[in-house]
Amino acid sequence: MTLWLILVPALAAALCAALPARAAQLNILASGVTLLLALLLLGEPAGGGWLRADALNTPFVLIAAIVGFGTAVFSAQDIAGDGFDTRQNRAYHAAFQGFMAAHFLALLADNLGVMWVAIEAGTLACVLMVALHRTPAAIEAAWKFFILCGVGIALALFGLIVLALAAQPVAGHAEGQLSYTALRALAPRADAGLLNLAFIFLLVGFGTKAGLAPLHSWLPDAHAEGPTPIAAVLSGLLLNAAMLGILRGKSIVAAHPEAIPPGPFLIVMGLVTLLLAGFSLWRRRDAKRLFGWSSIEHMGITAIAFGVGGVAGHMAGLLHLWGHSLVKSAAFFAVGRAVRIKGAQHMAAIGGLATSHPALGWGLALAMAALAGLPPFSLFASELLLATAMGREAPWLLPLLIFGLLVAGTALLHAMQRLCFGLPTPQPAPMEAGLATLLPLWGHLVLAMILGVALPGPLAAMLLEAARALT
Amino acid sequence: MGFGDTSYDVAHVLGGGMLLISFVLLYQRRIFALVNALALQGVVLALAAAWQGHVQGAPQLYITAVIALAAKGVLIPIYLRRLVMQLPPARRAEPASGIGASMIAGFLLVGLSILVVLPATAGARALAREDLAIALSVVLLGLLMMVTRRTALAQIAGLMTLENGLVLAAVGVAGMPLVVELSTAGLVLVIAVIAGVFARVLHERFDSLDTSVLDPHRGEGT
Repeated sequence: MTLWLILVPALAAALCAALPARAAQLNILASGVTLLLALLLLGEPAGGGWLRADALNTPFVLIAAIVGFGTAVFSAQDIAGDGFDTRQNRAYHAAFQGFMAAHFLALLADNLGVMWVAIEAGTLACVLMVALHRTPAAIEAAWKFFILCGVGIALALFGLIVLALAAQPVAGHAEGQLSYTALRALAPRADAGLLNLAFIFLLVGFGTKAGLAPLHSWLPDAHAEGPTPIAAVLSGLLLNAAMLGILRGKSIVAAHPEAIPPGPFLIVMGLVTLLLAGFSLWRRRDAKRLFGWSSIEHMGITAIAFGVGGVAGHMAGLLHLWGHSLVKSAAFFAVGRAVRIKGAQHMAAIGGLATSHPALGWGLALAMAALAGLPPFSLFASELLLATAMGREAPWLLPLLIFGLLVAGTALLHAMQRLCFGLPTPQPAPMEAGLATLLPLWGHLVLAMILGVALPGPLAAMLLEAARALT
Repeated sequence: MGFGDTSYDVAHVLGGGMLLISFVLLYQRRIFALVNALALQGVVLALAAAWQGHVQGAPQLYITAVIALAAKGVLIPIYLRRLVMQLPPARRAEPASGIGASMIAGFLLVGLSILVVLPATAGARALAREDLAIALSVVLLGLLMMVTRRTALAQIAGLMTLENGLVLAAVGVAGMPLVVELSTAGLVLVIAVIAGVFARVLHERFDSLDTSVLDPHRGEGT
C-alpha cells in the first residue's frame, strides 16, 4: 500500500506529461485515488521495510492526501484561467503530481537520506511551478526559493552526515546509520556532542524549508508569484514534510540522556518566528503574501508546541499542523479565486467580497477567522491546548506567546474586514465563484470545524498515538 | 592514525587542497577562471573520495569518485563554459568589491568550524573529525560566496562548492550508505541544469546575469 501511494502520483505525472489536453482531469483522478489509498492505509497494521507507515507519519500522509485532492479540484478551474500554452500545461500538471509522489516518499521513507532526497526533489518541482508565469517577479521569487532552499537543504544534509557519524561506532550494519528506526534505538549509546551538532544543522536546514526565521524570506514571494494551487500545496504539504524532518531529528537527539534537550531551541525559534510574522502581517498590501506570512506565523506556533513537548504539547503541534493545512489551503482557494474575479492581487483592489460573491466572501472570512485562532475551528483548540501546556511547562514564556497570537490574530481580522466586507470594489468582467472553488473551500472549512468542535474518536486516537511516539 | 601515517596525510592534503580552492573561488572575479577553479575542486574531490575508498576498503566510494570526476570535474564545467561563451565579453567579469573583507570573513569561518567541530567530536576517530572540520569550512565558504557575490553564475558556483563540501563530509564517514551520495550527485546535475535554464531566462529577459536587476521585482512593489 505504501508503495502504491508513491507509484500512483508518479505514474500520473508521466501520464499528465504525455496527455496535456486531459491533464487537469487526470490530476483530479490521480489525487482521488491517492486519497483512497491513504484512507485504506489507516486500516493496515504498521509495516516494516524501507517504506513504512508508523504512528508518527500516518497523520501527515492522511492530511497530505486530503489537501492534495482538494487542491487538484480547485486547480482544474484556476489553471484554465492562467492561459498556459500546451508546454506550460504539461509542465504544471506533471510537476504537481511529481511533487505529490516526492512528498509521500519523504513522509514514508524510513531512511533519512531518502527522505532528504525526496524533500529536495519536491522542492525542485515547486521551483519549476513557481517560475511558470515567467514574469520578472515570478523569476525573482523562484530564484530566491531555489537559492535559499538550496542552502537550507544542504545544511540539513550536513546534519544527516553528522548523525551518521554519531551512529557509526554503535551501528551494526551500514544501513542502520541513516534508518530512522535504527537511529532512534541506537541514539542513547551514540556520542552526545555529535548528536547536538547534528540537531543544530537539521533544525536550521529543515527550518529553512519550514519557513522558520531567520531563513523564511523565500516563503511569501514563492506563495504570491506562483500559480495559486502551488501556494496551497506549499503551505499545506511542503512545510509539513520539513517539520517532520525536524521532529525526527528531535526525537533521535532527545533519546540521548546527556545531549542538550532540543525543546528550548525549537521554542526560541518558534517565538521569534511568531513575533516577526505577527508584526509583518500588519504591513501587507498583497493578498497572497498576507497568507504566506500567516503560514510563517503558524509554523512558528507549531515549532513552539513541539518544543514544549510532552504528550499535550506534541498533540497541540500535530493538531495545529492539521488545522493549518486544511484552513490555509482553503484560504488560498478563496483568495486565488478572488484575485481572478477582481483581476488584481492588491488588497486594496479586493473588497466587499461577501456582498458581491456571498459564498466565496463568507468562505474567505471564515477561513481568515479560523487562521486568526477564533473558535469553532481546530486552530483555536490547538492554540488553547498549547497555551495550557506552556502554562505548565514554561509559564514565564506564556505572555510572549499570547502577545504574538494576539498581534497576528488581530492583523488577520483587520485584513478580513478589508477583503470581505464594505463596499464591493469594481471587477473587470462579471465572473462567478464556481463550484470547483466553493466545494474544496467549504469542504476544508467543514472538516476544520469538525476537528475543532468534536474531534472524532479514531482521529483523536491517531494523533494521540503520534504524540506518544514522539515522547 | 595521526601525522606521519600516509593514509592520514594524503587525506589531509586533499581536504586542504579543496579548502584552498574554496578561497580561490571566493576572490576570483573572472567567470572563466571561476569555472576552471570549480572544475579543479571537483577533480580534487574525486581524488579525496577515491583515497577514502582505498583507506576504508570501501569499493562503492570509487563510484562516488567517478561520479564526482565526471559530473563536477568535466560535464558541469563544460556546460557552464558554454553558457558563459554566449555572453558578451563585457559581462564575463564582475566588478571587484570587498575582496579583502570576504577573505577575512572566510578565515573567521574556517576558525569557527574548527572550534565547533573538534570539541563536539572528541569521541570520533581523528581522521573523521578533522575531515569533518575541513568539510564544514568548505560548506561555510560556499555559503559566504553565495551571500557576497552578485551574478547568478557566481551564486551557482557557491552552491556547488557547498555541495562539494557535503560530499567530502559524506565520504569521510566510514560506511555511509551509498544511496545518499548517488542521489546527491544526480540532484546536483538537475540543479545545475535548472540553474542554467534560469540564467538563460534572465539573460533573455534582462540582458544580464546580475541578479540585482531582479531587486525592483522583489517583495510587494508599490
